[in-house]
Amino acid sequence: MTMLTPVPAISIQGVGKTFNPDSDEQVVALDGIDLDVEATEFVSLIGPSGCGKSTLLRLIADLVTPTAGTIEVFGKSAHQARLDRDYGMAFQSAGLFSWRKVARNIELPLELMGWSKADREARSAEMLELVQLPEFGNHYPWQLSGGMQQRVAIARALSFKPRLLLMDEPFGALDEMTREHMQNELLELVSEVGTTVVFITHSISEATFLSNRVVVLSPRPGRIHDIIDVPLGDHRTEDTREEETYFKCATEVREALRHVGASP
Amino acid sequence: MSAGFTVPRRLGAVAPAAIAGLVLLVLWELGVRAFGIREFVLPRPSSIGQALADNWSTSEGVSTVSLRQAGWNTTVIAVSGLVVGVLLGAALALLATRYVRVGRTLTPFAVAANATPIVALAPIFNAWFGITSPLSNQAVVVVVVFFPVFLNTARGLLEVEVSQIELMRSYGATDLSVLGKVRIPNAIPFFLTSLRLAAPLSVIAAIVAEYFGGPQDRLGPVITQNASFARYAEAWAAIVVASVVGLALFALAVALERVAMPWRRPVDGQ
Repeated sequence: MTMLTPVPAISIQGVGKTFNPDSDEQVVALDGIDLDVEATEFVSLIGPSGCGKSTLLRLIADLVTPTAGTIEVFGKSAHQARLDRDYGMAFQSAGLFSWRKVARNIELPLELMGWSKADREARSAEMLELVQLPEFGNHYPWQLSGGMQQRVAIARALSFKPRLLLMDEPFGALDEMTREHMQNELLELVSEVGTTVVFITHSISEATFLSNRVVVLSPRPGRIHDIIDVPLGDHRTEDTREEETYFKCATEVREALRHVGASP
Repeated sequence: MSAGFTVPRRLGAVAPAAIAGLVLLVLWELGVRAFGIREFVLPRPSSIGQALADNWSTSEGVSTVSLRQAGWNTTVIAVSGLVVGVLLGAALALLATRYVRVGRTLTPFAVAANATPIVALAPIFNAWFGITSPLSNQAVVVVVVFFPVFLNTARGLLEVEVSQIELMRSYGATDLSVLGKVRIPNAIPFFLTSLRLAAPLSVIAAIVAEYFGGPQDRLGPVITQNASFARYAEAWAAIVVASVVGLALFALAVALERVAMPWRRPVDGQ
């Protein structure tokens, strides 16, 4: 183990992103971002609206290209990582395809990867089991509640067992109870497989509960204001939410957010 | 949940409209009798029914063709024009959304043409294709049907959720995969809605075109000939046939919507 020099899952160096760089409507979304995310680490991005956290996630995903700096994902360019399908993605809106049954939604990435029908079906059944919706494969998305749809979206993102999961406020539209439940489930899922996660949220408690590190961004231009370690260990349960360390870290995050000048 | 409609529910949904229709017919009949309205203003439903029965399989009047034959001939024109117009509209929508430059060139014309009364072109098409040619009537149907299909389908191909496109890109999907797995399925409801508009429109277009020319064994000429000889019940009988054809095509489009979109959430009253 000590012989290996582990390549960080994500390495971001001096990254900046300016939209419409040559016009009067120039917007500097991100500036001078340096951030390494270790393999199997869970990192949350939090900050006021307009701090560029969504842009940062999309830069890692190679859905947007940086105007400055470099991004490496598992030691290769973000672009190559995207083509190699190194990451799965989930958004605030579950974004399920209404014309596909639940199981076939989960199979979508597998289809694009050219898996055989039998393999796809076996995997989607396995994933449905994992997100505790085994009997819903044959339903259409509209027949599921918001929380269930989000679980399907996560199953879809994890279906090809990517090493990295990029999530943009995936639980933002859920009620508090469902949300906490989903957080527990997500931690179980990713610790089982050893997935690295970058997670955008507006919720201090969510960021604190889930993360090994919480990255607090400041707005206009988006910069990293502070990075808060959350030493709550790897096995977090409902009781974790009542630990003193949890409250201490949540307070740190809150104060950092207050410092950058807006409510999250 | 998705078990579909049970028979009683379906009957229940249709019953109010059927009853209203019957009441309307009875009121019409009684009204025409009570107020002594003359036949050339508004014939009674019973005389229209009589004319329909008399002229259904043989022509009793001024036209040389039975209503059944005229109805069939017009249906052929309407349906053939509908099929060509729909295929053309959908194909060009695909082209216009796939190649931005084609779209930018085509769409303003389509929007403008869609707002133009295209049936006004019927006499021009007669000059192009020949006054006795069915092609001139078919051409009117094709053009009338084309625009709603083109515009709606194009909208469905373009109005795709951003997160779904991002998702596809995150999988490294090609443009062709995005088209096949996102844009086309997304456009299906839009396309089927346009079909629902286009189906009855094709009958309207066919008949109006027939008023201006083309072969005489069609519903359009049967209506004009009977009307010009003051045989209004016969003219109305032909109109009834035309309505039935239009309704049938509409019902077909609705049925297709049910079959082609099994994922559709059942809506009350649909």
